[in-house]
Amino acid sequence: MTTTSTSSNAVEAPAPPARPRGWRALPSPVRHLLLAALGLAVFTGFLLVTGDLTALRMAAVGYTMLSIAGLQLLVGGSGQVSLGHGAFMMIGAYTTALLVIHMPMLPLAADLLLVVLVAVVAGIAVGAATARLHGPYLAGATLILAVGLPGLAHRYHEVLGGSNGLTIRTAGAPPFLQGVVTNSEWKALVVWTTVLLAMALLATVNSGRLGRRLRAIRDDENAAAMAGIPVGRTKVVAFVIASAAGGLAGGLQAYVLGTITPGSFTLALSLTLIAALVLGGISSMWGALWAGLAVVYLEIWASDATRALNLDRDVENNLPVVVFGVLLILILRFWPLGVHGAVQRLTAPLRKKSAPR
Amino acid sequence: MKKQAGAIALALTLTATACTGAGEVAESDAADLDVSTGVTDDSIIIGTHQPLTGPAAPGYMSISLGARAVFDHVNAQGGVNGRTIDYRVEDDVYDPAQTIDVTRQLVIEDEIFAMMGGLGTPTHSGVLDYLNDEGVPDVFPSSGALAWNNPEEHPLTYGWQTDYTKEAKIQGQYIADNFEGQAVGYLFQNDDVGEDSQAGLDQYLADTVVAREHYESEVTDLSAQLSSLKDAEAEVVVCSCIPAFVALAMLEAASIGYEPQWVLSSIGGDTATLQALLANFTKDTDAEDVPADAFLDGVLITSYMPRVEDQEDEWSQFFNAVWEEYGDGGPLTNTHVFGMTQAVMFSQVLKSAGEDLTRQSLIDALHTQEWQGPSPVPFSSTEDDRGGHQGVYVLRYNAGGEIEMVQDPMVTDREGGPIEATDYEPLPPTELDFHD
Repeated sequence: MTTTSTSSNAVEAPAPPARPRGWRALPSPVRHLLLAALGLAVFTGFLLVTGDLTALRMAAVGYTMLSIAGLQLLVGGSGQVSLGHGAFMMIGAYTTALLVIHMPMLPLAADLLLVVLVAVVAGIAVGAATARLHGPYLAGATLILAVGLPGLAHRYHEVLGGSNGLTIRTAGAPPFLQGVVTNSEWKALVVWTTVLLAMALLATVNSGRLGRRLRAIRDDENAAAMAGIPVGRTKVVAFVIASAAGGLAGGLQAYVLGTITPGSFTLALSLTLIAALVLGGISSMWGALWAGLAVVYLEIWASDATRALNLDRDVENNLPVVVFGVLLILILRFWPLGVHGAVQRLTAPLRKKSAPR
Repeated sequence: MKKQAGAIALALTLTATACTGAGEVAESDAADLDVSTGVTDDSIIIGTHQPLTGPAAPGYMSISLGARAVFDHVNAQGGVNGRTIDYRVEDDVYDPAQTIDVTRQLVIEDEIFAMMGGLGTPTHSGVLDYLNDEGVPDVFPSSGALAWNNPEEHPLTYGWQTDYTKEAKIQGQYIADNFEGQAVGYLFQNDDVGEDSQAGLDQYLADTVVAREHYESEVTDLSAQLSSLKDAEAEVVVCSCIPAFVALAMLEAASIGYEPQWVLSSIGGDTATLQALLANFTKDTDAEDVPADAFLDGVLITSYMPRVEDQEDEWSQFFNAVWEEYGDGGPLTNTHVFGMTQAVMFSQVLKSAGEDLTRQSLIDALHTQEWQGPSPVPFSSTEDDRGGHQGVYVLRYNAGGEIEMVQDPMVTDREGGPIEATDYEPLPPTELDFHD
């Protein structure tokens, strides 16, 4: 863990003390927002050449990425391991569904803001209760959340719909865009706009004072405390930010899919999220992108492959999980920093050459 | 400045989304139905979503295998109106998120003409609006939820199963008449199955019910429920359960020495599936030597399709012959027959739709179809009532594999209407016009 802090900053570390020029001179929120806008432009272009099905899958990549980015800040940034991240997605998804059902006149933006609010409250409650726990104890405590929360849907069957969950219908593309973009493409755009804005915010937090404090705590809690960092409070703040990201991601999932069942938010989801984060790269927010792609597409590819090979049912049942596991082991063996680490190492010589003197 | 233009565009987008409520869905124009998507001169592509892998697969995989066998048979006879049926089955693992994905795949990539028999309440609910918005006929979803019969909101959806309330009403009346004064217990799945079933049972049994126990499909321990039923001294237990939980309940009851009269719904009444489950669950336990049939002896089952156990029935014989030729070699179960009956009736309505096949002509054919089997129960797919099968009959299963019809088909509505006998007679397979 201790070596990871150098990964993203190593290249820029020997920056001259002279005033930075060009891109670097911009304040970090502006830089991240511009990157987000660029990302959105690229995504819009990508949507134009692909179809409805890809739009739906890319929307899934979007909200999974946001959820994992929140987890990255928590696990990679502050060193707290949460096995209950899926529970916050569930909170977000059910909040959205209930809002859409009971207050259909609220615009989506308001729904999502309320979702973030609810997730923040839940995050404070859980974060405050677990702030003193370390390592496996924190993992255990958050594990309870992932296992227990889906049970609520059964307990409050009338409100939350039991195992059949809730079904909602949300507005698609606005009338003046009808015919230009399909409903799925519109929803994918809404998801990516929200996700990129949220990730710009996360990246700003990560590169700012809070991010530095988190990394200090991760590397040595005692040293951080002696340096005057309020350890407990900072850890709770990290937990709350991660919860908000998870909740927002769940809200977007409900918006895109329209069906919310407790079966989608089991412990398996929480474990998948954290395994995917490790696969994508735990040390950088970019890891979340690879992780999101892996979660959505690995399964589709693996089941297509089994079908093409005409394999046995039992094989088909288990192959996606096996592929994921083998890939995870291989990547960690050769690139301990995940896919992002691999990309960085492969492109490092190129960047060194083109770096301005 | 570029940034300003970007900001304006963003602001516009945000206002556009901000203007309307997220839950306020504008009435979209009805999709154009005068199209023949998926239809060529010699084939028709239809699709379905089914659990082929994952925990729900063992119970339900047979449905699409059965349907495929019938379509293979139909195609071997020359198809329907000169077209063969290309039946595409996509695996959704009974996960609503994946149902949405595979359904888009079927509609966008495979360009299916219609969806036939999409399986499951939570799964199919997620694609109901999508199919209707895209103008894809959504024929015979494999679930007994009440939601499918809603012509105003879902004009292209046509239900299939006898809905849970109708079935439960007939169960309730049968119990009230034949087990007069006996204490009744309910055991049900804690979702729409349980809710809708109780709505029907209570119309006849509200005074004699002594226990209402539910289970969650994630929790396989039924000991608390069964001991409550036993303590309440319920003499008749109505199980509105899927097969795995019927088997679990019977085993649990046997282990505590409780022997009620079991009444099973059609969803959990496939005796071949139950036998396999019981044999599987008793393996390596004290009850290993007890034959599965011993648990099932004397159970009452409500049903609306032909039964494989009935060797006299011509449809049962026909399905056995088709399965012999096009099946996978395993034994034929009532779950296979479920898909086979769907396939026969779908072929039948395709045949009625005529040679100039469009989605509209399929819809018209559904509205005017005079259904005559294979099921011994009347079927409705009219403009105003898409309830599918309208009632059930009651049978008793005896150890050894024999079944005995104890009450002829009855029909009813899902409200408080009366339960009535019917003079409906299905045609035998040789006379039913469902292929060339």
